This record gives sequence, structure tokens and C-alpha cells, in this order.
Amino acid sequence: MSGRHDGTRASDAQDAATGEAASLDVALEGGAGVPPDDERQPDRFSDALRQIVGGGVVISILAVVLALVVGAILIAVTDPGVQRAAGYFFARPTDTFQAAWNVVSGAYTSLFQGSIYNFGRPTFATGIRPFMDTLTYATPLIVAGLGVGLGFRTGIFNIGGQGQMLIAAAFCGWIGWSLHLPPVLHLVVAVAAGFVGGAIWAAVAGVLKARTGAHEVIVTIMLNWVAFYLISYLLRTPGALQAHGSNNPKSPAILPTAVLPPIFGPQYQLHWGFVIAVAATIVVWWLLERSSLGFKFRAVGENPHAARVAGISVNAAIVWSMVIGGGLVGLAAVDQVLGTTTGGFGSSIDAGIGFDAITVALLGRSRPLGIFIAGVLFGAFKAGGFLMQAANDIPIDIVLVVQSLIVLFIAAPPLVRSIFRLPTPGPRPPARPTSKAPVAPSAPKEVAAK
Amino acid sequence: MTTTADHSKPDASPIVLEKKVVRSIKTPVILTAVAVLSIVLFVVFRRGGETTFTFAGGRVAPSLPQLVLPTTATCVVLTVLLAVLAAVSWWLVVRLARVPLGYSGVFAFLFVVTFLTWAAGAGSRPLPITSLLLGTVSLSVPYIFGAMGGVLSERSGVVNIAIEGQLLGGAFLAAVVASMTRSLWLGLLAALVAGVLVSFVLAAFAIKYYVDQVIVGVVINVLVLGLTNFLYSQVLAKDATLLNHPPLLPAIPIPGLSAIPVIGPVLFDQSIIVYLMYIAVAAVYVGLFHTRWGLRLRSVGEHPQAADTVGINVAGTRFWNVSLAGAIVGLGGAYFTLGSVGSFTEDMTGGQGYIALAAVIFGRWDPIRATLAALLFGFASNLQYTLAAVGSPVPSEFLLMLPYVVTILAVAGFVGYVRGPAADGKPYIKS
Repeated sequence: MSGRHDGTRASDAQDAATGEAASLDVALEGGAGVPPDDERQPDRFSDALRQIVGGGVVISILAVVLALVVGAILIAVTDPGVQRAAGYFFARPTDTFQAAWNVVSGAYTSLFQGSIYNFGRPTFATGIRPFMDTLTYATPLIVAGLGVGLGFRTGIFNIGGQGQMLIAAAFCGWIGWSLHLPPVLHLVVAVAAGFVGGAIWAAVAGVLKARTGAHEVIVTIMLNWVAFYLISYLLRTPGALQAHGSNNPKSPAILPTAVLPPIFGPQYQLHWGFVIAVAATIVVWWLLERSSLGFKFRAVGENPHAARVAGISVNAAIVWSMVIGGGLVGLAAVDQVLGTTTGGFGSSIDAGIGFDAITVALLGRSRPLGIFIAGVLFGAFKAGGFLMQAANDIPIDIVLVVQSLIVLFIAAPPLVRSIFRLPTPGPRPPARPTSKAPVAPSAPKEVAAK
Repeated sequence: MTTTADHSKPDASPIVLEKKVVRSIKTPVILTAVAVLSIVLFVVFRRGGETTFTFAGGRVAPSLPQLVLPTTATCVVLTVLLAVLAAVSWWLVVRLARVPLGYSGVFAFLFVVTFLTWAAGAGSRPLPITSLLLGTVSLSVPYIFGAMGGVLSERSGVVNIAIEGQLLGGAFLAAVVASMTRSLWLGLLAALVAGVLVSFVLAAFAIKYYVDQVIVGVVINVLVLGLTNFLYSQVLAKDATLLNHPPLLPAIPIPGLSAIPVIGPVLFDQSIIVYLMYIAVAAVYVGLFHTRWGLRLRSVGEHPQAADTVGINVAGTRFWNVSLAGAIVGLGGAYFTLGSVGSFTEDMTGGQGYIALAAVIFGRWDPIRATLAALLFGFASNLQYTLAAVGSPVPSEFLLMLPYVVTILAVAGFVGYVRGPAADGKPYIKS
């Protein structure tokens, strides 16, 4: 069920990457170097242009724009002011558009001011705080997205982020409040415990998949619920995870020695978890692109039968991919428990990150850098969405809609191309009469790749 | 399962194949583990007193006399039986190479009976069997509708992870339309339409744009969740009496059948949507395996190229069957708002679409087996309410966990390497 898309996505990504690199070379050559052939030069230039316009980056940006437009329409249509104005639309249509513009621009201004930069603040240090919030929200999304993306590349669909985060939270939280260790060591041990917790819970699914063939989609979904009820039970049981002298299903606060310290001083929320996320991005990139283990992962993801014939242990690759991926998802729980909510956690500590991570990994096309950027984007939506809800009274759920639309549009480049009437990337079909003629929205390259 | 590998060699020389017996010891291992667990739970931590089972009647059906059993003795006897069955399963593996599924079923049934006897013992309140089964059916309705949609869609070659979104969309639109029009029929129709609309998105992206179906499914679920949440807090919550106050479907007792004790009130004194569910299961089963439509549907899901060669429109067949699947699942969504709760709330399906998906795979893409799997999940989900009512010693979290653990065990042990439709999830690109 999940084995195919990784291969296609990987090859897509590769195609896009080589395509972009080639187009860059061509562009440089055409602009600065001596063109080898006068007649071929404009052709190559327009090819390059087609590559850039029709390629992955532009599609991604247009997908975001398109999703925001749909979000704007939703906001406008459901706004009571707009509905009132629409009641006399034919008498004064401008009123409707004015009301729609007001509510949409207000919402998206809040989205921007809540996530990037607040121009209402006097100094740069306070104005940039929203961006720091964005990075704080992005931190767990990035590491969890890396974990899910790693699974995708191995052909495994890990929906178990929630369960892995909950178990990891219990592990690192318990170390965080019960052990008394020197400052730096305590933090390191707690972070490692979180990694191990997530890894163990994911390993259950990995081992079952490798040993018995149990479908990982089912097992990880089921393990989410098992973990949820297990942690709920432990959180309300005195002597387990419940705080002393409390009746609430909540854990004790983390000791100061185990808290992830802020990076840029106490006025920003952003903590060292972000540095871990950056490091994790680099490590996962190295793992996937440069290490032999990562090569095995990708080989199994592209074609498990071929990998088996080539002497790669498919089962081992599946288990290790789940272990490392689960550990990364566990780091997302570490960010939550040791970074953001250090005062103790409840059974909703995962905050939906396990599921958001899937969309982050999809949007990032399972490539570490892509996941990083997608994580920051979704972090921005989260940070801005809260301000939008508070200031403009627009439910934050619109962010979910926009996010999922982005992923849908990015997953179907031909759709975006046909909406914006963009050319299809790749070599020009020889029979095309002029370069200005509209290109059919069918994309032979995607078709071939899938 | 239908067409794939019948290696009939053209050459005349008889090929004597070596008979290879593959013994799977997974089932005996699991049965033994459960038997050991039973000994620990029911014999070591045995409970005294008596266990009372009651069989209450319904509006028409009479009650049966209650059954009183001595807890300890019953548990010990049943546990010994379980242990014997587990031991015999090893012998079965040696003799027959595998343990029949029915054998595991009997074992599981006995285990459940033992567990109920144990949990409701020691002077607990009587265990109401009728309400336990009634709750099972109620909780299973969305699972079964979801599983039928999943079976149809996946048999035609499109992975349907969007069951959750179809359920939620159906629940939402059914509530809004039934509330505005005060008509239950229009509400049910709206649920159908909502499911089809969600399916259109799935079908368009999966069949026209060849986007990976798992991705589309997951994203659609997020999209529908976001959309319904947004509309709920932005529109529905502001005028709940007009938009979110649908009438509830009344229960219609079937004359004659509803007078049967226990079974009558459980199965034949239900709302129209439950009867539609029986029809849906029967229709999917008969349609899939005994009609031309079903043969085409399965051929498109197993070997689209072969189907195309004989003139079946692969993309069209898939598109309309995925839409039909969406309609069925959407109807199941209406059960949330029109059948049980009576209003729409945010994320009211709460991941039940994923459980329906598990039922599809657990049931090996077979409508009847998937229905049984869905009933099993419904039973396990309902167990905690009943046991909490009789005052059982098990923490409620562990009971809540039970269906999921059972599923994992089942998927790992009893089902194992499941083989879905061969072309499930693979887009067909006509060249």
C-alpha cells in the first residue's frame, strides 16, 4: 500500500533536482558563456525557462498561493458581514467585495504578523518574536516529519507518530523529573531517553511488519490508541507518571537541569530543540544520501524485491528505518516536554504533531531539506493561525484546510500547471509549432515517473 | 484470488510437484500465550462469588430468565478448556499444517465468555447481555459502512484511506441538511452526496493525476476535518438550532422478527440506517462475487491491463466504483448525526474510519469477513461501557485498549501476510 510512492517521489525529486541543476547550467551558459551555436541558443534558453517555470519550486509556490486563495474564499463566504452585504449584492455589489476584502486581508495580515514579523512593535527584537514562535512550532514538526519521511523513503507508512510521541514523552519526562544529574548530562540523557522511547514504540510495528508481515498502517494506528490509553492510565495512577499530591492526570514539572534552554535569551520561546532539529536534518540527509544504511533504505523503498535480490536484508532495513524514524518522532515529544510545556504534560502532549508530520513529510517530498522548509511553513501557519483566531475570530481550522490543499496541489503538478497554464517541464516535444502555443496539461514526465 | 497464477503449462509431460508443507506455528503460539494469560488472570487472580448474566427483552421481545454461574468454578473449567484447545492447536499444526480459522474463532469466543464471567464476578451487578450486544451493533454501524466502502474501493484498485473523511463529511452534511429541511430522507441523501463528493476528490487525484492514493487519502482526511471544524465553529455554532439540530431516526421494529428474545431487540428493532446496512452488506457481497458488475470491478482491481484488453474502461470503472464506495461510507457517516448523537460535533468520527480500514484489511477485502471484523471491533469498543457499568476490576483504559491489541494480535497472527487486490493502489496508465 505504501511501497510505491516513495520510489516515485524519490525519482521525482531526483528528476526535479537534476532538471533544475541542468537548467541552471544552461542558463549560466546562455547568459555568460559563449553560445556554441547561435541557432540552438534561444531553444536552450526557452527550455531552461520551461524547466524553471514548470519545475518543482514554482509549482510549490503556486500551490501555496492557490491554497491561500481557496482559504480566502472560504473565509469570505462564511463571514457574516460578507453574507449581509451579499444580501443586497445586485443593488451595491461593491459592498460585498469590500467586506470580503476586509475580512480576508485582516485574516491574512494576522497570519503574517503572527508568524513572520509584527510591524506594530517598536523594535526589531520584539517585532521578530512571531518568527521565533514560528520556528518554535516548526521544531517538533521538522523532527517528526524527518522520522515519517525516513519511513516513506523505505516504503513504510508510519501513521504512529502520536503513539511514538506519547511513549517518548513518558520516557524523557520521567528522566526529566525523577533523576538528579548534573545540568548538561541530565539534558543529554533525557533527550536520548525520548529518542529511545519513540524508537521502541516504532520498533514494535517494524518488527511485526518484518517478522509476521503485519501491515504497518494498521499496526501503527492501533499502537497510537494503545499508547494513548497506556499513558492516560499511567498519568492518573499515583506513583507512575502522575505528579505527587495532584488529582489531575498530569505529570510533574521537569527539573530545570533537563529543560532545553532558550537560544536567543528568555524573551523568545525558541529553545535548543531547534538546534537539534537542524542537526537532525543534516544527519538524516547524510544518512539517506551518503551512508550505506540509507542506500539500503532507499533501495528497499524503491523496490523491495530488487533489494532482496541484491543481497539487502529487507527486514533489517524495515526495522532499522522504523527504529530511527520512531526515534526522530520521539525527539518531537522531547521538544514538547523539555522545551515548550516544561510544567508537566497530559495525554494530549502530542498536539496532533504525529499526524501533521505526515503532511510535512509529504510536502517536503521526503527529502530532509524539503521537510525542514515544509516544517517551517507549517510552523508559520500554526503560529499565525493562533493570532488569526484571537484577533479576527477566524477558527484556526482554516489552517488545516490550507495545509492539506497545499499538499494536494503539490502532489498533482499537472493540476497546478493547467490552472496557471504553465508549460510542462522536460525536453520540448519536437512537433511543437511555436513556443507560445499553450501546452496540454498532461505531463508525460510525471506519468512516466509514476 | 481470481485470475492471477494458474500456471497451466502447455507441454504434455506430467509435472510431479513436490508437496511442500508450510507449517505456520504463529496461531498455536498466540493461542498458547492467550491460554497462559487466562490461567494467570482467571485462575491465579480468581474471583469468588457468582456471575449473573441477564437477557433483557425489548419493546416486543420477552426477557429470558437470568443465568447465574459460580464464578470461580466456571472460570477454572473454561480456562482448562482453553488450555486444552491451545494444546490441540499444536497437534493440528503437525497434522493439518495450519489451524483452521473457525478453530481460532471458537477459542476467541470461549476466551471472551471466560473473561466476561471473571470480570462480572465477585458480587458485581448482573451483566446485561442484550445491551452488550445492542451496543456492539450500534458502535459497529459506522465501521461496517466504512468497511463496505473500503472493500468496494480497494477491490477496484483504489486504496481508500479517505473512509474517515467520507464518514465525517457524511455526518456533517446529513446534520446540516436534515436540520434545515427537517427531513430525515433529505439528510440521508445529503450524507450520500457528501461521501460521493469526497470520493470525487480521491478519484480525481488518484485516477486522473496518478497521485499516490495513500497520500491523497490521508490528506483528504485532514482536509475534511479542517473544513468541517472550520464550518462548525464559523457557521454551525452560531445558529445551532437552525443548522445543527437534526431530528433523530426512529427505531422501526420489524414485525415478527423483533419478538425473538435477545436477537430481536439487538438486530430487528433498529433505525432505517441499520437496515440499510444489512442491505449494503448483502448487496456488496452478492454484487461483488455474483454479478457482471462485480467481476468487472474485481478484474480492474486485480489486473487492469487484462481488463482493458477485453474492453473494460478501467478509469471509468474505478471512478464510479470509488464514488459508489463514498456514497456507502457517507451513509454510515449519517449514523453519527441522525442515528446516535443528534447533532454534529467537531471531529465526531474520531478516527473510526481508520478502524474501518483495519476491518477491511483484517477481513481480507471480503465483505462478510470485513463485517465480522467490524463487529469484533464494535464489541471490543463496547465492552468497556458494559464492564464499567457492572463494576469490573480492570482499569477502563485497558479495556479501551483491548480492541486495538486484539487487532494487532490478529493482524500479526491470524491474518499474517495478507494479500490484497493485486493492483490495489497502483494507478493504471493506459499506454
